[in-house]
Amino acid sequence: MDRLLAIIAGFSILLIGVVLFNIRRAHIRVEYSVSWLSAAFVLFVLSQSPWLLGQFASLIGLNSLPDALFIIVGGLFLVVFFRFSVVMSDLKDANIALTQKIAILEYQLNALHEKPQASDRK
Amino acid sequence: MIRATGDRPLMILIPAFNEEGAVGTVIAEVRALYPELPILVVDDCSADGTRTVALEAGADVITVPYHLGLGGCVQAGYRLAYDLGFHYVIRLDGDGQHDPAYVGLIRDTLVRSGAQMVIGSRYINGGGKHTSFARGIGIVFFRWFLAIILRKQVHDPTSGYVGVNRQALEVFARSFPLEYPEIEALVVLQRLTFRFEEVPVKMRARMAGTSTITAVRSFYYVLHVLLGVVVNILKYQGSKRRP
Repeated sequence: MDRLLAIIAGFSILLIGVVLFNIRRAHIRVEYSVSWLSAAFVLFVLSQSPWLLGQFASLIGLNSLPDALFIIVGGLFLVVFFRFSVVMSDLKDANIALTQKIAILEYQLNALHEKPQASDRK
Repeated sequence: MIRATGDRPLMILIPAFNEEGAVGTVIAEVRALYPELPILVVDDCSADGTRTVALEAGADVITVPYHLGLGGCVQAGYRLAYDLGFHYVIRLDGDGQHDPAYVGLIRDTLVRSGAQMVIGSRYINGGGKHTSFARGIGIVFFRWFLAIILRKQVHDPTSGYVGVNRQALEVFARSFPLEYPEIEALVVLQRLTFRFEEVPVKMRARMAGTSTITAVRSFYYVLHVLLGVVVNILKYQGSKRRP
């Protein structure tokens, strides 16, 4: 169990480091890094506090601390993935609206360019 | 550029993706029957000469910068038609399956009935079905399913040969299903207590190309549309994500 907690602690520190590195390099926006940093922080706290983990395990009726830890890890990442599904859906909606608007504006712009040419010919 | 002129102007909307083999003929047919009607082709970033053929045939063409899919294309046309002040839009497919001879019937039904949507149905009076076996099964299933939800029989729920009035145009310009939009659009209208009518039309065989709905995709189609219908029923009307 101690080894598992140490791995989780190491993993959460690594995750925090990777996220901070990517924020610094501007590969990830700060608002989208919050979910990952929060998840990593929760994992780190739990890995450093077997008592807290035990409380959670007894709350959901589990005798095994590793099982409780895996449920927490799985749950946290599900929440993060869900949040990014929402973000992606919003971006896709915005992308489609912009694409349509560009196509319509391009059409109207071409029509405006054609109009003077037509009057020039007269 | 197309203009909405006259009393209660009508626009013909043709979404097209890689339809260079058929779209020119469709436009010519519409032109021959209804020379006064403006025709807008929304080219879904085709890889072939769809845009050129449509322009040469005398239509106005919008080309979206990347492939949006049918719903995104149709919505672009609805947006422009709504902005330009059109009262009615009738959508025809660019593959030649929809005979433009029925445009008049759809327009008259829109005007006379006051329904927000009129569907050209191949299953009323047995009008030339031209659909695959897999799609036929899907149609039967959705006919049954929608009869429960809409509390009204819809004979051809997957028909893309539809006319809409300005009320529906306003709704669809704001929000329109992206993939396989026909069935979800019906549910959207039902939630707004809008009405639809069906008129008999004859569907023809495609003039060129192949259908995107293959036997395997039919299963995805059914699942996708089912989910879309359920989501539309559950959707909170107060939330509007689209700008």
